[in-house]
Amino acid sequence: MMQPFVQHTGIVAALPRSNVDTDQIIPKQFLKRVERTGFGPALFHDWRYLSDGRPDPAFELNDPSARGATILVAGPNFGCGSSREHAVWALLEYGFRAILAPSFADIFSANCCRNGVVPVPLHAEEIEQLFSRQRAAGGPYQLTVDLEAQCVSDGSGFHTSFPFDGFRRDMLLRGLDEIGRTLLEENLITTYERGRDAGSGERAWR
Amino acid sequence: MTARTLFQKIWDAHVVHQLPEGPALVYVDLHLVHEVTSPQAFAGLRREGRRVRRPDRTVATMDHNVPTGDRTLPIADPLAAAQLEALAVNARDFEIELFDLASPRQGIVHVIGPELGLTQPGMTIVCGDSHTSTHGAFGALAVGIGTSDVEHVLATQCLLWPSPRIMEARFTGARASGGGVTAKDLILALIGKIGTAGATGHVIEYTGDAIRALSMEERMTVCNMSIEAGARAGMIAPDEVTFAYLAGRLRAPTGAAWERAVAEWRQLASDPGATYDARVTIDASTVGPQVTWGTSPGMVADVTARVPSPGDFATDGERRAVARALEYMGLTPGTPLEGLPIDRVFLGSCTNARIEDLRAAARLVRGRHVAPTVRAMVVPGSQQVKSQAEAEGLDRVFQAAGFEWRNAGCSMCIGMNADVLRNGERCASTSNRNFEGRQGRGGRTHLMSPAMAAAAAIAGRLVDVRAWEVTAP
Repeated sequence: MMQPFVQHTGIVAALPRSNVDTDQIIPKQFLKRVERTGFGPALFHDWRYLSDGRPDPAFELNDPSARGATILVAGPNFGCGSSREHAVWALLEYGFRAILAPSFADIFSANCCRNGVVPVPLHAEEIEQLFSRQRAAGGPYQLTVDLEAQCVSDGSGFHTSFPFDGFRRDMLLRGLDEIGRTLLEENLITTYERGRDAGSGERAWR
Repeated sequence: MTARTLFQKIWDAHVVHQLPEGPALVYVDLHLVHEVTSPQAFAGLRREGRRVRRPDRTVATMDHNVPTGDRTLPIADPLAAAQLEALAVNARDFEIELFDLASPRQGIVHVIGPELGLTQPGMTIVCGDSHTSTHGAFGALAVGIGTSDVEHVLATQCLLWPSPRIMEARFTGARASGGGVTAKDLILALIGKIGTAGATGHVIEYTGDAIRALSMEERMTVCNMSIEAGARAGMIAPDEVTFAYLAGRLRAPTGAAWERAVAEWRQLASDPGATYDARVTIDASTVGPQVTWGTSPGMVADVTARVPSPGDFATDGERRAVARALEYMGLTPGTPLEGLPIDRVFLGSCTNARIEDLRAAARLVRGRHVAPTVRAMVVPGSQQVKSQAEAEGLDRVFQAAGFEWRNAGCSMCIGMNADVLRNGERCASTSNRNFEGRQGRGGRTHLMSPAMAAAAAIAGRLVDVRAWEVTAP
């Protein structure tokens, strides 16, 4: 069962890059694990570490102000590319509960919602504003993401609301998994399936 | 009755139940499974004591993580070996058909589905891989999903799915003759035009004369890269080309069932007057060979163009992204793309490793030799493609020219196995993603068609295949 998400306050890490793809979030050499865990240390691996394995001080997540960050603010089309859910597992294990960006790739967005991570869509200007506020803070900068009220605020002047799919919101608020929801309709699936299997126009199922 | 799109017809036929709270419960006809995105899903089933609802609608293969060298040797990477073994155990325990490394039918999941006739018009198809959109070339609704959804489909044969918007991408006119402009160039031109998030939230239906003129292999190349435009899926209405490709394939219907199937498939095309949520048109006659210059597939230009400058772009965000991409790619604004020296060539991937792709490349390579500074490899999309190419003598053409001839798999498209670029190496690649580090940390990928990549291998630099073909010895 996934962790419910109602409201969360945490430190912000700013990643002012566009089209952050899931290959960057979790590079392919870490996809060989057969578990859902163990991906956090490899999050943003090729950006986060120098080739000798030391943390790259120039990378945004390694900035002292981002230590302990649980909210990631990034550029548009975040999570594009590969469908690998490992990207979300890595973000979650690192500590991120919410990602704020002007837009998200569809599969990534769905994967977030299956794991209790909230993809919060804000306007590009609002994201730019958060980048400046985070920079101006000169140290840890905090935000509150309220999924129930569908708003984001920093308690010192930044406040905005965001749209969110009603069904996904409900599942996140209650920490429910979708398989359980689907299984409530098992009789309907069985009925549908009988008709489908009897129909023509498909391969003969083994 | 209202005019419906191809998408709407398939959607309507697969909605089991419209949930009052939003998404539809959609039935999945075919679930393709591979080793990288499935182990956690099977573990979830075991934890909950669930079975696979329809093992007969589930097919597995090994592709992402497989070595493409000598298959008689043990797998050197213990983690990769364990992941492949996990799929073998899961397939056995849950009674799922598996095409493993020993199978003559093993290959990239999006190559073997069509070649085995598993992929058919009108179906809903899912796989834990973003390039599942490939199967839309047959007039199927095919989407990539994450591992939680893989588990969902294994357990219920359904997905909860919010209804997407539909975009028509119309390619008018005809491609330039001579073979220099390919399906890869059409789709790269579209991504360049609408951007890598241009179709987010949409399913693309490709229409127009230039699409109708494509072979099935070419249609698969187009649909394959729908995800690189941000789309959930890409589709092309089935027609005689589709039926001719499917006839006689291993899992295609036969006899009277075939006749019934074709009659149904003929009804799938979008009705005249059907409406779309978005439309984009490209004149195919204006498209030249495309080459990517950056680290996102939308960073693409005609091979005759020059590397752009960050200053050419409108927003701060774009300028930042372009500056960063050029630094990573080691490129200076204003440099002509033609003539850029390359170190590696990769002919492969679910985008461009089918028999037609290999034939197109072999035609350019025959009687020539790979430049001494270049290491080039061919990785067929499936063992069946490999056998067919060998029956046609293409392996000898490639090997005589200095290409490595490998076994089937995803290989250097994703670089999970040993086939990777070294830091700073520049690669002409027929794959689908030029992301930073995609083909190896620090590796620099230029996406292009098989013909362009083959010509680049011979020349040792990026060339315009249209001119090069006639002037080279």
